[in-house]
Amino acid sequence: MRRGGKIPSTWFLWGGWVALLTLPFVGAASAVQIALAVGLGGIALHAARRVPLDSLASGIRQTASSGWSIAGRHAALLLGAGLLAMLTLPLHANNYVIDVATTTLIYVILALGLNLVVGQTGLLHLGYVAFYGIGAYTYALLSTGVHASFWIGLPAAMLAAALFGLVLGFPVLRLRGDYLAIVTLGFGEVTRLVLRNWDEVTNGPNGILGIARPSLGGWVLDTPASFYYLVLVLALLALFAMRRIFQSRIGRAWVAIREDELAARTVGIDVARYKLLAFALGAAVAGLGGSVFAAKMTFVSPESFTFFESVIILCMVVLGGMGSLPGVVLGAAVITILPELLRGVSDYRMLIFGAAMVLLMVFRPQGLIGSRSLAYEFRRPRRR
Amino acid sequence: MLVQQIINGLTLGSVYALIALGYTMVYGIIKLINFAHGEIYMIGAYAGIVSMGLLTLLGVPPSLLPVSILVSFLAAGVVSAAYGVTVERLAYRPLRQAPRLSPLISAVGVSIFLQNFVMLSQGAGDLVFPITFPLEGISFLGARITTLQIFILAASVLLMAALTMFINRTRMGTAMRATSQDRVMAGLVGINVDRVIAVTFAIGSLLAAVAGVLVGVYYGLVNFSIGYVAGLKAFTAAVLGGIGSVPGAMLGGVLLGLLEALGAAYISSEYKDAFAFLVLIAVLIFRPQGLMGSADGSGEKV
Repeated sequence: MRRGGKIPSTWFLWGGWVALLTLPFVGAASAVQIALAVGLGGIALHAARRVPLDSLASGIRQTASSGWSIAGRHAALLLGAGLLAMLTLPLHANNYVIDVATTTLIYVILALGLNLVVGQTGLLHLGYVAFYGIGAYTYALLSTGVHASFWIGLPAAMLAAALFGLVLGFPVLRLRGDYLAIVTLGFGEVTRLVLRNWDEVTNGPNGILGIARPSLGGWVLDTPASFYYLVLVLALLALFAMRRIFQSRIGRAWVAIREDELAARTVGIDVARYKLLAFALGAAVAGLGGSVFAAKMTFVSPESFTFFESVIILCMVVLGGMGSLPGVVLGAAVITILPELLRGVSDYRMLIFGAAMVLLMVFRPQGLIGSRSLAYEFRRPRRR
Repeated sequence: MLVQQIINGLTLGSVYALIALGYTMVYGIIKLINFAHGEIYMIGAYAGIVSMGLLTLLGVPPSLLPVSILVSFLAAGVVSAAYGVTVERLAYRPLRQAPRLSPLISAVGVSIFLQNFVMLSQGAGDLVFPITFPLEGISFLGARITTLQIFILAASVLLMAALTMFINRTRMGTAMRATSQDRVMAGLVGINVDRVIAVTFAIGSLLAAVAGVLVGVYYGLVNFSIGYVAGLKAFTAAVLGGIGSVPGAMLGGVLLGLLEALGAAYISSEYKDAFAFLVLIAVLIFRPQGLMGSADGSGEKV
């Protein structure tokens, strides 16, 4: 709405440009089609703008904001409805939908954990998937090695991940910003390489098969629905724990560190301790997600824990709106469900997904639900 | 053996350095980790293949190999530069005032988009480079250095020298340095900051494209997914040398290539990727600004 396309011919210029760009890859015929599509699409947009779109947009915005305020007033009701929908999902959905919902919930758990580190404490972490992998392998090894039950594997996975979180946390305490990002990225890659090459323990690239599913008493949770309920409970627990901890003294200390580390130190916050705590707790949550993932798939291999996975989880946190718990949940849901919805256009789904990520960021850089308190930091000084 | 590994490492490292320059220049100017840069490199490699294929179709005889290689470098460079500038215009420029992580996510989106675009249009399988480089080499201290390796080293050194000249001697280079020091101030003294940024992306992309064609010719194959690993390595090289520093990126790239070649030969080839990262972690912990980054903390600004 702000940029480009004052006159329709601009769109044809863009169309021609895009056609030129794509020409070497798709050939002349497709390039012409692309040019026409961009040009005509742009003109259609332009024509649509003649319609009093601004008033329409402000109307939508008003409706939305009044919707928000209503939602705010009836938050409990809305939450109840959402919960009810999630609780009853397996009753009317098929296994595919339940499976996608379960995966979404696992990502919700992971995104919540990463949000603790990136959104709440402001530490840019690009190797988060390492802890996810450590959690998954911990349960996998305990289950296949000593036939430990899920209820032992789960805390063990969290503990192992948290320990590695501390191992990573100590040396990087001094690093900030992008340097922290690259060291955590390196840590993630090294972890994946160890998982892939340490054949004696991890069975190398073939991964570990035959991980036991969790059971309650004598009841094995091997149907999609029962497993879904397990993950739902764990995700809700994680969400609840996050809410509580963010409102506590610890959560406020993290925000203080995020906003201004020096100031936080000045008012007596033990920055090193709280950073380590953030690393360890975030890692523990990833370990939780990992053990659930291993139990769901009954199989783990190093290929599930690539850098790309870290980036996708980070996208969930940023896309939804950093530091905002509903935003993180929404971001995880959007990024997991969108590619599934696009299965109809199977070949093009990742293409559209990538474009959608760019568009979302360009038009809503603060994320879908940006947290108010975050409006301030992470922002560079304004130009002009 | 040692000399051979050093030669291999230098070859690989000079390619990393070419890609790393794009990361470091963009970071120096707009403080953005351009995650799509690896994809620009991949696009360059494909553009090289396409143009070489076209030349073969047009019946350029194999005796004109140097000419056709030069032409495909040019073609790849132009295509990649166009992609780089377009990506900056559409995906990064609108986000310059946005929260810090937003352009990062946008870059990831671009990366996914470009990978899938090339996969859909060129197929998911490997493409073979249509030309073969004469494989004879010269012996050097008991090791063999092929003409192709000499060519890669020479091309990289030449490009890096040209870039250094450009940054230090030309008006645009001065404008780039000014912009990287203080974008607001540069704008106030009349530098067209948007144009400087566009030029930065164009140059970085061009270097990446050359690297793409070089690697394509070296290994004889390209695939739509090559950008990911190369991008990661080159980014590591840029940070190793001190991100934002142009000589640092060159040094970092060469060091990384050497580390990998020597590590793979003498310690373990399975863990060769891990060495790079372990060394990087060690360097950053003891010298957080990188090997050649400025110590005044300007590199540490978030």
